[in-house]
Amino acid sequence: MSDNVEALYQEIILDHYKHPRGAGLLDHASGESFQVNPTCGDEVTVGVRLDDDDHLHVGYEGQGCSISQASASVMTELLEDATLDRVADAERAFHELMHSKGAGQPNEDALGDGIAFAGVSKYPARIKCALLPWVALQDARLRAGIEIDKPTTPDA
Amino acid sequence: MMSTALDVSRLRKDFPILERTVRGGRALVYLDSAATSQKPYAVLDAERAYYETSNAAVHRGAHQLAEEATDAYESARAAIAGFVGARAEDIVFTKNATESLNLAAYAFSNATAKAAQGGVVDPRLVLTPESSVVVTEMEHHANLIPWQELCAKTGAQLRWIGLTEDGRLDMDQLSVIDDTTAAVSIVHQSNILGTINPVRSIMDRAREVGALGIVDACQSIPHMRVNVEDLGADLLTWSGHKMLGPTGIGLLWGRSDVLNSLPPFLTGGSMIETVTMEGSTFAPAPQRFEAGVPMVAQAVGLEAAVRYLDGVGIEAIEQHEHELTAHALATLTQMPGVRVIGPESTVDRGSAISFVVDGLHPHDVGQVLDDRGVAVRVGHHCAWPTCRRYGVPATTRLSTYLYNDLDDIDAAAAGVRAAQEFFGVV
Repeated sequence: MSDNVEALYQEIILDHYKHPRGAGLLDHASGESFQVNPTCGDEVTVGVRLDDDDHLHVGYEGQGCSISQASASVMTELLEDATLDRVADAERAFHELMHSKGAGQPNEDALGDGIAFAGVSKYPARIKCALLPWVALQDARLRAGIEIDKPTTPDA
Repeated sequence: MMSTALDVSRLRKDFPILERTVRGGRALVYLDSAATSQKPYAVLDAERAYYETSNAAVHRGAHQLAEEATDAYESARAAIAGFVGARAEDIVFTKNATESLNLAAYAFSNATAKAAQGGVVDPRLVLTPESSVVVTEMEHHANLIPWQELCAKTGAQLRWIGLTEDGRLDMDQLSVIDDTTAAVSIVHQSNILGTINPVRSIMDRAREVGALGIVDACQSIPHMRVNVEDLGADLLTWSGHKMLGPTGIGLLWGRSDVLNSLPPFLTGGSMIETVTMEGSTFAPAPQRFEAGVPMVAQAVGLEAAVRYLDGVGIEAIEQHEHELTAHALATLTQMPGVRVIGPESTVDRGSAISFVVDGLHPHDVGQVLDDRGVAVRVGHHCAWPTCRRYGVPATTRLSTYLYNDLDDIDAAAAGVRAAQEFFGVV
């Protein structure tokens, strides 16, 4: 396997793919979004709600390639019970990372295990896979009327 | 390892792109010809020569270049017609096969709309909510969505012939073609399953009930001898770029009486007979379907492609690909965790082979193959309903052409094994 593909399939990504965290839809989501990557059929549904302390709760289900499903797992683990500031930072940092063409310096504070996706940005066909759950999150959040102070670019 | 029908190592020298490397120095193993084929020097040279010596707008202008360009364009039409046993005047150039199929579907909706305004049209083209249109469950989206849209516009019912577990048409369902049926549009060779369908008997059934028969031959004409008369169709569509020709050119063949009864699809310059401010009459086929300045260089390139294919021999290509298909099927069906989606035998089967790997998404299989220089297609191959029918979200597909050899199949199989090991699923 080449270094680039080794970098694409980080151990963290393979681990999340084989052992997804937080899989399953929320019982009482206030917003839900189904997203599909029409070129390959990857699917993910993300649901969100806010608790009384304005912390986000996230659930998801989906099927697809290792990158899309690991991305959903990493995102859910990262943002479960997160403050909206933290959600905003993570959304922005992940979009920036995906558009870095492999030259990005991932922001570990904002992204946690999400930094493992840095290698994805070298493969244009896979960026959509990694972004799929993040696009669903953003859409679910907007459907739920959950605004964040630092909007991300709607570029996916 | 070489197959016996073709001298592949010699042929490969005609295709410059096969010399290049990918992904950091890996030799290119191109197994995606069902998506698009690579081009020999003969095609590239012909397009360049046309632009260097004869470029002009065809069918207009009185100068020498316009004459030469028109000759080049029309001689290309004749050569391409000859390749499929057709008359030149029954061949229409389109942008691609998708446009050819839309041209057919829009003929029905345009005729239906004109009839509603009292216009005189071929009654076979007029749809009502009592009409039906029949496709199959293995159509490329290009031969499904135009008919879905036609039905949505006219109220006609869309029906389809379902599939068997082993990837064939369920011929017991042929009765969906009945007296209500206005159009039967089916694929000759499936781009996802590789199945070669019994087109003749389905077209005969269409004829019996008075329906127009349309065949999508995109995957068959590049790989096997097809004579338009033998299929029993009224209209036949295919593309240039899958048969060594350039992109930007598709084909529509039609029976002369049928072609001339279809209302035009795209209108404008070059397709008219007379024009007044109040209305226009249209030129006979093929001009009536070729509005605007057409794709002359692509036609010239496609003529070079069919001459190249004739030089190699389409029968030899078919025999060669049969050997590749047999080897690929034998290899894949013996691999643990690999399942072929489509016929597992070489009977009535082309060289596009879809498969799934237990525990691995096709995107990940394709990524590992790509890393080894092996180019395959992953996804639903624009045949999403077919994927659903077999309960898979997507497949990995390898597809061959005259420039592939048995070693290419082995390289793909080795890549699948490497992916299984890397992801720990064997």
